[in-house]
Amino acid sequence: MSSEERIERTIGILGAGKLGTVLARLATAAGFRVLIAGSGAAERIALIVEVMAPGATASTAHEVVAEAEVVILAAPLGKVHALPTTALSGAGAVVVDAMNYWWPVDGILPVFEETELSSSEVVRDLMPGARLVKTFNHMGYHELDSEARPAGHPDRKALAVVSDDPAALEIVAEVVDAMGFDAIDAGALAEGIRFEPGTTAFGATAGRAELLAMLEPMTVQRS
Amino acid sequence: MGPSYDRESQDMELGIYTFGDLKAHPLTGKPESAHARLTRLIELAKSADRAGLDIIALGEHHRKDYVISAPEVVLGAMAAVTSRIRLSTAVTVLSTQDPVRVFQQFATIDQISGGRAEIMAGRGAFVESFPLFGYNLDDYEELFDEKIRLLLELRDNEVVTWRGRLRPSLEAALISPRPFQGQLPVWIGVGGTPQSAVRAGVLGTPMFMSFFQGPDSGRRLVDLYHRAAASAGHDPGSMKLASGGHIYISPKSQTARDEYHPYYSDYFTQLPQFARGMPREVFDQWVRSGLIVGSPQEVIDKILHHREVLGVDRYVGQIEVGSIPGEMVDASLELFANEVAPVIRRETAVTASPT
Repeated sequence: MSSEERIERTIGILGAGKLGTVLARLATAAGFRVLIAGSGAAERIALIVEVMAPGATASTAHEVVAEAEVVILAAPLGKVHALPTTALSGAGAVVVDAMNYWWPVDGILPVFEETELSSSEVVRDLMPGARLVKTFNHMGYHELDSEARPAGHPDRKALAVVSDDPAALEIVAEVVDAMGFDAIDAGALAEGIRFEPGTTAFGATAGRAELLAMLEPMTVQRS
Repeated sequence: MGPSYDRESQDMELGIYTFGDLKAHPLTGKPESAHARLTRLIELAKSADRAGLDIIALGEHHRKDYVISAPEVVLGAMAAVTSRIRLSTAVTVLSTQDPVRVFQQFATIDQISGGRAEIMAGRGAFVESFPLFGYNLDDYEELFDEKIRLLLELRDNEVVTWRGRLRPSLEAALISPRPFQGQLPVWIGVGGTPQSAVRAGVLGTPMFMSFFQGPDSGRRLVDLYHRAAASAGHDPGSMKLASGGHIYISPKSQTARDEYHPYYSDYFTQLPQFARGMPREVFDQWVRSGLIVGSPQEVIDKILHHREVLGVDRYVGQIEVGSIPGEMVDASLELFANEVAPVIRRETAVTASPT
């Protein structure tokens, strides 16, 4: 029954690279309708989607933003300006930031270096109006791929989820759960700084209790 | 050199690669001098050659924690003091180099070494070379795409006429010298990005994949590579595949992990994912899921797993990371060459399909 409800929800993924294709595969397995887009025409990623995430639909970024209720940003953060930020601002869609500031590949970006904000708060400021949620960023794509388990499984791993929009957080928590991970409500978007690169939680493949311990203490209140 | 071992058969090629890490030792706080480090690298090539390994490859970086920014020069020195081992890169950051110059340098190494040079081109895991050589990171994809195509033109033709967007055109340009081998091998190294596997397939080049943990995630990448190759008219069966990643071998399983973990953890502090070091539990988890650290038998099993899962023709292990001491590297190399390689060659020669 719950899977019938899920299939009505459309998950969009912007980014058809390492992370995007793994998320597309997990979301498809969870029964969602999945649209995935790279930076160009849908045909350019058709073979990739067919092989890496069968069942997902190769699309354009425009189609993803127009049709998906939940849009996951899975591009390199250095390419954030190439994302349809204006459309995402106005769409009212729930937007999931799965990106990290990764200087070896992104280069040194002052906007992320010279700030006390978490990277997702910087992203939020690029798309005001979007209902921004941060998750999927702190576990490696190999682990996301191999560690998804059904609810209640003793080896199930957990993902931290933060947002300033409780209803959006709730929706994304359901999506995370359906895709095979316990979702931990870790508070306001600013709390995302607790599972960015350099923290204990980042790169860990941990269950609920273990991840909660890594995220303590949470001090920033949801506004 | 038993009767079952024949270089022309389908037994697996085995080798090593290194970035020439120049990291400060965690106890002394001092990095080795560039002179001492490069001397040690050349000794490593001699040892690997003497031990009968098939390949040594060098990574190009433009950072103070790696000594190799000019792998061509180091390979040239290695060419002069080795006799059988193939000399390659892992990788050449082609996006920020001139393919003509790259080709000339490797053709020269090939002439010096009597046909032992190879190029493995990749996008690299770092981007320091972009500002250094005046390239724009916004052209990251297009630079690699354009330059690998030009490099393949140079590989195949002595006189090249070429037009691109990011490099001046070539008009009936003579490319000299030609390599000693009939064709200089050009590989593409990929780090897991699907588009990179598609590119290698479409261009019909052999592909190298590196893994931090097990190779299972590479299955789809190989499938994608083969599908892309077939769609471009290449015969997927004739295209060589290689895999690699970090490797450390010690006589006993437990001691291998105990010896290696402090250096591995320290190595990762220079990267974003484990800026505070890699916890032992995470390390043990990585070893369980395929990081090649262990006794000779464990390493044999793990490399054969790469062969089984991905169908690779070649395995090259990154034998040095961070501040790992030279004695540990030498001991690991000796076990690789003397205890691991003979078994893998025998096993893979037996399982090779009859000709």
